[in-house]
This record gives sequence, structure tokens and C-alpha cells, in this order.
Amino acid sequence: MVDVMHGVPEPRPAAETEDVELYHPHSWITKYVFSQDAKVIAIQYSLTALAIGLVALVLSWLMRLQLGFPGLVSFIDPERYYQLITMHGMIMVIYLLTALFLGGFGNYLIPLMLGARDMVFPYVNMLSYWIYLLAVLVLVSGFLVPGGAAGAGWTLYPPQAILANTPGQQWGIIVLLVSLILFIIGFTMGGLNYVVTVLQGRARGMTLMRMPLTIWGIFTATVMALLAFPALFVAAVMMLLDRLLGTSFFMPAIIAMGEPLAYKGGSPILFQHLFWFFGHPEVYIVALPAFGIVSDLISTHARKNIFGYRMMVWALIAIGALSFVVWAHHMYVSGMYPAFGFFFATTTLIIAIPTAIKVYNWVLTLWQGDIHLTVPMLFALGFIVTFVNGGLTGLFLGNVVVDVPLSDTMFVVAHFHMVMGVAPILVIFGAIYHWYPKVTGRMLHDGLGKLHFWVTFLGAYAIFFPMHYIGLMGVPRRYHEIGGIALVPPSAATLNEFITVAALIVGTAQLVFLFNLVWSLGHGQPAGGNPWRATTLEWQTPHTPPAHGNWGETLPVVYRWPYDYSVPGAAEDFLPQNQPPVPRTG
Amino acid sequence: MGVAIVLALVVIGSVVFHFLSPWWWTPIASNWGYIDDTMIITFWITGAVFTAVVLFMAYCVFRFRHREGRRAAYEPENKRLEWWLAIGTGIGVAAMLAPGLVVWHRFVTVPKDATVAEIVGQQWQWAYRLPGADGHIGATDIALVTADNPLGIDPKDPRGQDDIVIQGDQLHLQLGKPVKLLLRSLDVVHDFYVPEFRAKMDMIPGTVTYYWLTPTRAGTFEALCSELCSTGHTFMRGGVVVEPESQYRDWLQQQKTFAQLQSPARTQAKNQE
Repeated sequence: MVDVMHGVPEPRPAAETEDVELYHPHSWITKYVFSQDAKVIAIQYSLTALAIGLVALVLSWLMRLQLGFPGLVSFIDPERYYQLITMHGMIMVIYLLTALFLGGFGNYLIPLMLGARDMVFPYVNMLSYWIYLLAVLVLVSGFLVPGGAAGAGWTLYPPQAILANTPGQQWGIIVLLVSLILFIIGFTMGGLNYVVTVLQGRARGMTLMRMPLTIWGIFTATVMALLAFPALFVAAVMMLLDRLLGTSFFMPAIIAMGEPLAYKGGSPILFQHLFWFFGHPEVYIVALPAFGIVSDLISTHARKNIFGYRMMVWALIAIGALSFVVWAHHMYVSGMYPAFGFFFATTTLIIAIPTAIKVYNWVLTLWQGDIHLTVPMLFALGFIVTFVNGGLTGLFLGNVVVDVPLSDTMFVVAHFHMVMGVAPILVIFGAIYHWYPKVTGRMLHDGLGKLHFWVTFLGAYAIFFPMHYIGLMGVPRRYHEIGGIALVPPSAATLNEFITVAALIVGTAQLVFLFNLVWSLGHGQPAGGNPWRATTLEWQTPHTPPAHGNWGETLPVVYRWPYDYSVPGAAEDFLPQNQPPVPRTG
Repeated sequence: MGVAIVLALVVIGSVVFHFLSPWWWTPIASNWGYIDDTMIITFWITGAVFTAVVLFMAYCVFRFRHREGRRAAYEPENKRLEWWLAIGTGIGVAAMLAPGLVVWHRFVTVPKDATVAEIVGQQWQWAYRLPGADGHIGATDIALVTADNPLGIDPKDPRGQDDIVIQGDQLHLQLGKPVKLLLRSLDVVHDFYVPEFRAKMDMIPGTVTYYWLTPTRAGTFEALCSELCSTGHTFMRGGVVVEPESQYRDWLQQQKTFAQLQSPARTQAKNQE
């Protein structure tokens, strides 16, 4: 069995080594601005990510307006449209999802869930946030530079990305590449910190196999990100050199608009390999923290241990490892060596097995549970529906020959939004409703939360489920209008209008969420230390919100795994991880 | 209760939408019906899994929802169940992957009797080249591209002289005859995609890529650019006319060869002799 408490374990002695003296802030500035406290850094990361996410939301509104009602917003010409989709994609994947899961949740939860006082390198952790903020500001400056933001598609395929007639070629692409380089530098500082803290900073008794799945997900994703982002880093540096110094890493001899260019001998496909060597693991860098968090949400709110904990841990690790050998499934029709298709289709479909196991274990956790339909639980259920839907369409696109007609169509857009857009964002919302009481000491408003959930979940499903069928017809993605295509019936325009209306409604529902975040800060019900009656350590802190140093005088000692819910014979339906076992009597 | 019903309705709605949707792939016009077949298998397997998982979830939410005094069961693991589920998933995955790989093998194996046609992408138009009487197309070099020689055909290569060059019009293909499409780009990545053919492949500047197909239905089909190529991408359209051999020959007769296009004066003089 896992570390499940049937017998009585050895009570573990308190820490023998002395507590390390923490850095203590001496002024308002060092406490709240240039803070080295992981909790403050987490909030800074989260607010920055949500703010830039709002920008991405507005961009998506504009592009949906153009698709649903072509010509309605007159300033959206093709050039603008491509700037909208490029910036939307970049922001969502990197500056929102990656930053929020790892920089936001990682910083808040790793020390608290593992019983540490802080991250092991607080100063580097602080630098990580400020470099991230700089990266975001440089990114946003793309909207203001001459020529506007980059409009090469978020995949930035050369030669197009740096050619003169591509939107944002003047400054936008330079600014974007610099911003990516900064982001990766900042992330690497944070990432090393998360990994070392998980490996070295755990409380006594917190063995690796007693870590909550949230931490396993964030940890695995961080290791992956540290291995994957360097590929993007070198790709960005080389592309910057091609653009600024006229080198030819990715640029073959070409004729642009009738004029031969000075480039010669570079390989556009090389960029695609580097991009996707980063880009595919990136999908799981976003997904694995979501997998971990949703496991904990389901377990806590169903009052039942997560089913198959060990299998869940190994599945996370297996997915993380496999995700490094599937990247070229984004390139089946790129013109790469055709026999690669056999290898990458096989690895891609194999990854479905550990992923499916995770899904089974989530729904089996519900089986014979005591399901409280709280807002976090609703978001977790919504995640399962959208993730299963989006994961299954991945089996179309991963199966090389089925991908041939579908690749680069709206089917792909629908697929990846469902699986790595909607699904992880539902988890983010669930997680915010779940941990907000710990962060602020107050509950978010329940009714507003339910309204937010239903509109977001059903609305997002109504946006992306029918979109697959537009792609099935053969409509390519990245067309700023589809009316002129011979095979597209007029009814598709009606469907596009419907999708746009749904997108506007879902977007508006996010304002309800923002209002809830602000309103509850002052008016939410006081939460107490452990409103969900959860087992993990962050709910057992002496103060809520947790004070600097997290644990007061003495560090917690861990005696059990994180899923002791509804243990037979126990008085309560949860046993916190730091609750010592009752000595066996008789 | 309400939550369980909504979850069930999401499944039912999705299935109903799938079967009633007027938006579906276009009638096929090539030999790649195998791809459609593999996709149908995938639809059935994935559809069954989606329905089963979400309905199971809806049932759990209904049956095990919190009520006063309810307590969850305590079952950390069930090795047998976990292994059976993993093995079942493996079988389902294999049932999709196996036909997929077989069809991919066909897709990348060009038949020996396939004729050749070249498609060249350039922002934002298409050009085509067909071999002349010698059955071969001549060598090209991007450095040779000029207004008079838009495809960069090497004038020193004798195989290129009789190549037929078509610009901005439609490519004609012979019904029932396998053809290997050689793909080139002069500037950025493009992709020549006729949805009715189901097949596509990017064209990469600096290299030649390909795919093959056998047109199986006569008609005129629109070709869409399927790889972002900057602001004209949406409007970069081409066309393919599939016709029986006799009509195809008639059309071919009217096209100009590279030699004719290169030196119209010399050719005219030759014709007058």
C-alpha cells in the first residue's frame, strides 16, 4: 500500500538541525514590493499574469468579432488580425498559463504544502518575478512600437516571421523575441528554486511519496520546463540574429516580392524542430500542474482519497518523459523526413495511456465519495469534461495520417483550446476559489462563483465544440474570414456568429470573477484556517493568511499521506498530514 | 442532481450535434478514402470513451452527492482495476494507431507509375509545372528566377526546355492517374491544400517536398493555402481541374513550354519555317 495509515508508523522526531534564519523585511518596500517571501512573490506573479491575461481576453474578443461579423470592426484588417492572434497565443501559453501555474501556484504552494518556511533561494526568487514583469512590459511595448506588434502567428515560423511584408516585422518581432528571452531567464531562476525546494526543503516526514499531487504536478512540470525552454531560448536568439545581423540560421535563399534577399543556406525546418521541442513539452508544462491541482480539489471536495496515488505519480512522470519524444507530431505535414511519422505517431498515442489512467482515477475518486458540489469541485468536474474532450481529439491529430487533412484547420484550433486553454483555465479558477480563503482569510462569494462557473464552462464548450466541425469541412486556421471559400456553406457563417456571441458572453463572465475577487477581499465570509476541512499542510498553518515564515515557532512534522479522508474509525472525515497517529490501544 | 443532469445533457447534446451537424467533410475526390475510414474508426472509439467517462461522472455526482451523515468509502488503490483499465486503453489506442500507420505507409510510398507535377508557392499566388514529352522536369535554381523565368528553371538543362509552365491559373490533373506533386516555395512556407483530396504538405523554401494522390472524381476544386504566409494568406487560392484523359490532352496541347515562354520570337520564327 501507499503510505496509507492502517498500522501505526514510527513517530518521527522533530527536526534535529536548527532552523535557518530567514531573511526579514525591514520596510514596506521590502515587505510588499521587492519582497523575498514566496507568498508575496506568488501574489505578484498571479496578479501580473491575470492582468496580461485580460489583455489576451480582449484580443480574443476582437478576433472573434472579425470572424463572426467580418468587417464590423473596421480597423481589423488582415494585418491587425494576425497581430491579434499572435499576441493572444503568446500571452495565453507563456505569460499567463506558464507564469500562473509555476510562478503563481508554485510559489504559494510549494513551501506551504511541503512544510517549509520559504523557498530555498528567496533572493533569486524575487529576481525571477521582476524579470518576468520586465518580460511582460517588453511584450506589451510591442503594441506601441512602430509597425505594431508581431503578427507572424504565435509559432513564428521563418522565413515569414522576419520578412518585410509580415505585420510587426519592423520592431514587433524583435521586442517579442527579447521578451521571450527575458521570460526564460526569469523562469529559470524561479524554476531552479522550485526544484531545489521540493528536493531539499521538505518538512520532516514529508517523503516524496507523501507529497500532494499538486506538488508532484508542479515539480514535474518545472523539471520539464527547465529542459524545454532552452530550445526556445536558442531558437529566439538565432532568429534575432537572422533578423538583426542578417545571419542565415533559419533563412534559405529566397525571393521576397520579386527581390532576391541576402539570406542563403539556412533551414526553416530547423526552427520548427527547436520550437516544437519546446512547444510540445510546454503543453504538459501547463497540463501537469493542472492535473496535480485538480487531483487535490477532487479528493478534498469528494472527501475521499485520490484513487491510485502511486499510479498517479508514475503517470505524471511518464507523461513528462514521453512528452519529450513527441514534438514532431506538430510537423507531420511540415515536409520533414516522412518516416518520422511512424515514430512520432506511436509515441504520441502511447502518451494517451498514462493520460487516460489519470482521467480514470479522477472519476473513480468520485465513486463512493461524499461529493460536495462546491465551486472548486464544479470547476474540477468542468475540467474533466473539457480535458477528456480535448484529449480525445488529440488522438485524431496525433495519428499521423488522420492529421493530414486536419492539420492547420480550425479543428486544431478547437482541439488545443479545449485541451490546453479551457481545461487548465478551469483548474486555475477552481484553484483560486479553493485557496483564496487561505491567501486572504475570506471566502469568495459562492453564488457569484457558481454563476461564473456555469457561464464559463457551458459557454466555453459552446465555443469550441462546434468549432471542430468547421475544421472538419477543411477551413484552414488563421483565415481572417471564411466567407470566400467555395466549400463553406452560408450556414457556417451563422455558426461563426453563434461562437462569437458565446465568446463575448464567456468573456463578460470573467468580469463577475474579477468583481468577486475584489469584493470578497473586504466582504467575503471569514474563512478560518481550514474551511474545506482539508488534510494538506497549507491548511494547518498557525495563522491565516500565513505569516512570514509560515509556521510560527516550530516546523510541522508529517505523519501520513495527504489523502486521509473518511478513514474508517476516525472521528473526523479528514486527518491532517501533521496529525500524529493515535497509539494503538489494547 | 441538477449538476448531474447538465453533465448528461452535455454528452447527449454533443452526440446529437455530431449526427445532425450540416458541417462535415466534403465528398472525397481522391484515393485517400482510407484517411476518412481511419477518422471514422477514431470517431467511434473516442466518442464511446467520452460518452462513457462523462456519463459515469454524472452518475457519480448524482449517486454520491453529499447528504447529511454520508461518509465516503476508503479505497486507496485497486491494482487489478487499474491494470485492466490500462490494458483496455492500450487496446483502444492500438485499434486506432494500427490502421493509421498502415495508411501512412501508403501515403509516403509513391507508386512507380505516378506522373509528376510541380506546384510552386509564392506570396500570394500559385504556379504549376508539368513535364514535357520527355516525362521529366528540368532542374531549377532560385538564383535563376527572373520576370521571364518565374520558376527559376535552368535553361542549360535540356530536360527543362519542354516543361509546361502555368502561372496563376488552374492545375489540370488526369482522372484516375496517380500523380506525385512536387512542392516548392520561393519565399515563405505555404501549403497547397485541396480539402476534397484530403492530402496536404507544406512547401518549404530551399527544399522540395511532395505528396501523391490519385484523383477519383472529375470536377473543379478550390485549393487553399494552409500555412500562414502573411497578410494575403486568406486569399491565396488556387484551383485544380480533374478531367478524363482526352480532355486533359486537349488542355495540355494549349499550354506553353518553358522554351516557348523564354524566347517567343525564336519560337515564332521556327513555326513559320
